[in-house]
Amino acid sequence: MDALMLSRLQFAAATFFHFLFVPLTLGLSVLLALMETAFVRTGNEEYKRMARFWGKIFLINFAIGVVTGITLEFQFGTNWSRYSAYVGDIFGSLLAIEATVAFFLESTFVAVWALGWNRLSPKAHAITIWLVAIASNVSAIWILIANAWMQNPVGYVIRHGRAELYSFTAVITQPFAWNMIVHTISGAYILAAFFIMGVSAWHLSRKNNVSFFKSSFRVAVTLALVFSVVEMVQGDIHAAEVAKYQPAKLAAMESLWDTTKSAPEYLFAIPDPAHERNRAEIGKIPGLLSFLAYHHFDAEVKGLKAFPRADRPPVALPYFSFRIMVALGVFSLLASLVGFLRRNSIETRPGLLKLFIFAIPLPYLACECGWMLAEVGRQPWVVYGIMKTSQAVSPIGASQVGLSLAAFTALYTFLGAVAFHLIWEQARKGPSDESALDGSTDEEVGYA
Amino acid sequence: MLETIWFALWGILWAVYFVLDGFDFGIGALSPFIAKNEGEKRAIYNSMGPYWDGNEVWLITAGGVTFAAFPKTYAVMFSSLYSALLLILFCLIVRGVAMEYRFKFISQKWRRFWDALLWTGTFGPGLLFGVAFANLFRGILIDKAGVYHGTLLSLLNPYGLAGGILFTLIFTLHGSLWLAVKSGGDFGERAGRLAGRLWFALAAATVIFLGATYFSTRLYDNYFKAPYLFVIPLAAAGALVFIQVFAKKGEWLKAWFSSSVFIITVTLFGVVGMYPNLLISSLDPAASLTAFNSSSSPLTLEIMLGVALVFVPIVIGYQIWAYRFFGTAAGAVGARPPSAVQATKMRQET
Repeated sequence: MDALMLSRLQFAAATFFHFLFVPLTLGLSVLLALMETAFVRTGNEEYKRMARFWGKIFLINFAIGVVTGITLEFQFGTNWSRYSAYVGDIFGSLLAIEATVAFFLESTFVAVWALGWNRLSPKAHAITIWLVAIASNVSAIWILIANAWMQNPVGYVIRHGRAELYSFTAVITQPFAWNMIVHTISGAYILAAFFIMGVSAWHLSRKNNVSFFKSSFRVAVTLALVFSVVEMVQGDIHAAEVAKYQPAKLAAMESLWDTTKSAPEYLFAIPDPAHERNRAEIGKIPGLLSFLAYHHFDAEVKGLKAFPRADRPPVALPYFSFRIMVALGVFSLLASLVGFLRRNSIETRPGLLKLFIFAIPLPYLACECGWMLAEVGRQPWVVYGIMKTSQAVSPIGASQVGLSLAAFTALYTFLGAVAFHLIWEQARKGPSDESALDGSTDEEVGYA
Repeated sequence: MLETIWFALWGILWAVYFVLDGFDFGIGALSPFIAKNEGEKRAIYNSMGPYWDGNEVWLITAGGVTFAAFPKTYAVMFSSLYSALLLILFCLIVRGVAMEYRFKFISQKWRRFWDALLWTGTFGPGLLFGVAFANLFRGILIDKAGVYHGTLLSLLNPYGLAGGILFTLIFTLHGSLWLAVKSGGDFGERAGRLAGRLWFALAAATVIFLGATYFSTRLYDNYFKAPYLFVIPLAAAGALVFIQVFAKKGEWLKAWFSSSVFIITVTLFGVVGMYPNLLISSLDPAASLTAFNSSSSPLTLEIMLGVALVFVPIVIGYQIWAYRFFGTAAGAVGARPPSAVQATKMRQET
């Protein structure tokens, strides 16, 4: 393999791994902030216990998100130096703003929050977790604006042999970016909510701390339902944006080969890129693809053959990851609807509890599929329409990339195993009892 | 003008990063040699735990600013220093995880494992940053197309190694002073006295490095052109003296601040000497990347300056607040009877 392919694999490994931890941070920080706010408002100690228990899991998860984030920023330089030099004027500034505006705030106050339970007033303590929640979500906004610019570059001119910023406002206000932001952050909230629902269901099915986990479940299922609805509606708008700005990606994710008027949607197909056709197409719904893409049943949808072979993305990965993502989106809507309707008697429904336990990994899969679609579907471009991925790679030897990829794989496998073990142990343990709350079992397992 | 401002900010960011994460590197590097029991190990972790993440963001910002203000430098520098940089990043990963996870494991075996990772993850970056910066002062083997013609080993030349040793000594001294500030008691006292002894090695290494710099680099050119700039190395020398003056009196915090001034002036000594170069080519002077031939467009530099002028003071404000918050908090958090070390510390504070 050459440096290009190895660099792509390395970036994929690093980002996919990083994104196993990011959505839980985004969603859980907001949920923790809501719990602590409820505690401040009502004085009900159970909300405080909730924030403490879920907070411990939050911190274990947060640590891996932090340490794996730093390699991403530097990999643009190490592996994608041609890209960095070409678009750094725009892309680099977005990353720098993210660090200045969000990372400092997040990293400083997460420590204050973790160690401040007995040092700050409840109100001040709730403010610190709000600052963490806001900062982590703001960082997501900036990095998604940066990614959206790769998907749909705006506000630039090609000058001095590179892309230069022309309108900062255009970059940060473009609808494609804000669609990605709503889409990704909603997905993160759904993931965090299903995480809490799943762990709560595990304890409820064992009759542990029933009141505590029922309250946790109820908070989470409400959030899951709201954002599953948001995700459905917004997902439709987002797909229409893709149709408009990235027609090749749309054709790939639908495996549509010929440009078609009133294009049908197939529930299932097997793409056959070698012969530029689908091997099997099942469950035809006439005109639906045209409607989904352009909100008009007669609209013409561009097929893959309309693009030169060299400009087509791979088909199978975007096609299947899109299908899986959408199916899981529908699942999360139905599951959270049922969970919401049954929230007051959830502990008496073993079947539902089991469903929610097994549902924990599904939003993770959905999030990763979403990124697979976004990034592979953008190929062969690194910046859609202006720079190909093959032009972006650093002039470095394949051997050192191979070595670093092996190191990444080993280190991240180890990190993943440790984090999984710790989160599992913590989740299984359940909340500490009342007496331990004001004691220092917490300090026993952390610095302070 | 904008380019020069950003060049200066670039240097200052690195300097601040070395001051803040520098004490983490030093404490971690010393940890196996200075902590004799579990209580002292706890003191080691406590002295860094609340800070390391916030400190590391200065590195992310330094990297981000290189990317935003000097994209071509960012591209060539980090692809050229590929292996060295990734080694540093892997070290920083295990450092952070050791810091956060060590106390979640009860078994001594696991704890020793995390201690070993903490040492690797702090000693490694301290040394490698020294090697890297010495090579930046000296110049690296890049051609006009921004292609690097060396390997990881070509960075390990005598001058690069001297830089690595210098940085390691700077950080260990800096870290032992921080440990003295944060721990107090007998352990803190021991850490402080160690700083006093390390000082002699650091003073010798500084003199040797400054001398080697004259022969291995062209950093002094700027100083001979504008002799008033010698105030920077003079300030460094002054700060170095004050470290020992305060350490002798046992005034650890003042000694730590002197050490911080020393780190800032040493970093700026190199950065000012490089100006306007950001990445010097030792193959062909014309291939060097400067603040002018590698910078972003004026519009980007202006917007970034606006962001920096608004947010950096805010960041500095709340980070100082957080340092003071933890400064009084450690040892007092939680109702568990404090360890001997913590009890001494609490007495000192009240």
